[in-house]
Parts: sequence; C-alpha cells; structure tokens
Amino acid sequence: MSPAAVVTDASGQVETIDLKDPLVAAGLGWLVPGLGHLYQGRTAKGLLFMICILSTFVFGLSISEGRAVYASWTDWDRRLPYLCQVGVGLPALPALVQNFLVRSQKAPLFGGVMAPPSTPQELNDWYRELHRYLELGTVYTMIAGLLNVLAVYDAWGGPVQLAEDDRKKKPDKEPDTEPGG
Amino acid sequence: MSEMALPLAQVNLMWFAVPLIIVISLVYAATHHEAMRPILTHAARLAVMISGFMLAIMVVLAIVAWRL
Repeated sequence: MSPAAVVTDASGQVETIDLKDPLVAAGLGWLVPGLGHLYQGRTAKGLLFMICILSTFVFGLSISEGRAVYASWTDWDRRLPYLCQVGVGLPALPALVQNFLVRSQKAPLFGGVMAPPSTPQELNDWYRELHRYLELGTVYTMIAGLLNVLAVYDAWGGPVQLAEDDRKKKPDKEPDTEPGG
Repeated sequence: MSEMALPLAQVNLMWFAVPLIIVISLVYAATHHEAMRPILTHAARLAVMISGFMLAIMVVLAIVAWRL
C-alpha cells in the first residue's frame, strides 16, 4: 500500500492524497518541476509548479542572455548561486556539461549558454555588457531553484498543515480532564 | 545588451519584483493546500502581505533618507 497524506480543507473536509512512491515523486519533482505531482496524479498542482518555476527560471536565463546560470569553482569565481539554481533540476544541469567542456579547453555547446567565463576579464565584460540583468537573472534563477525545493518537499510529504490551521479546527476550549481520571 | 533586455531597460527595477511576488505566493500557497481555490485565496493574501511589507520598508527608508 502506498503512503498517503491526509489534509483537512477550510470547510473541515478530510481528504486523502495518494503519494504513490514519495522518493520517486521527489526525484521526478527535482528533475522537472511539477513532474512528481503529475506522477502522483495531482495534475493541477503539478502544472502550477511547472509553469511558475520554469517560467521564472527561463525569464531569468533570457534577460541575462543565458549567462546567469553557470557552474564554476575557480580561485577567481566561486559560483555559489549555482547551488540554489541547481534546485530546479534538469534545466540547470547543462551548466555542468559546459563547465567540463570549458575546463577541457573545448568549445561550449549551444552558443555558450550556461558556459562559465574562461577568464576574469570575460566575467567583467559580461557585467559591462549586461549591466543589472546578470544580477537580476541570477536572482530569478536562484529563486526558481529554491521554490522547486518547496515543490519537491510537497511531492514527497504532501501539503504542509500549519499548526495555526489545526488550532482553528479544534474547539475553542477543550473539556478539562482530571489528572489520572 | 540583448534585444529582450533593451525594452526592459526602460522599466523601473521595482517592476521586476511583481512576477517574483506572484510566483512565490502561488508556490508557497500550493505547498499548504491541495485544492485550487484555497491555494489562490492564500496566494492573494500572501501577495498583499509581501507587497505591504515591502511598501512599509520603503516608507521607513524614505523617511530615514528624508531626515538625513
């Protein structure tokens, strides 16, 4: 029997969600935002996550001409934002391939999209050319990656029920009970 | 500058926060509910809260800058 999450909606109705295999759902959800929910049959939420997260990621990548997402760990450029960006899964993984190619002195693919700068001068040129859009694109793509972490958690464990929601559903005053009685 | 970024250069930087507020509100709300109606209600409430918070911070900063 597959695990299920029990949620109570605003009207007090209890709903059971079949999570199927939560680890598979979480893995799929990381790979492509919303795919884990589609696998679980939670289509509306899956599409919502997919549209919101992927559009944020693509917009950030577009305004920075494909430069905001890249993997680099050199002395002059430790690209920590990539740790957040990789949360979006498959769409951010070409950056690892591009990094390997650039480090191997080979030409990057896709016209250099997601390829790291090969010299500090090239990185400076990016900032000079793109102005604030490199930073804005980085922020957008980082947020997309972090939001997908929330979506993956939802695919794995179901919706988070706030303690506040639970309190609302309980009666205002519970009957007093005598200790030991 | 890219062809896409060129028209965006005319846009005030604050407008770039709007799609982020919408997306963050929707995704956060979706992690707390299963049905679409409570998700949208929660997201709308959260978007107003985030905007209000940002507005309050802006007012405080404007007052501080004005007093200085």
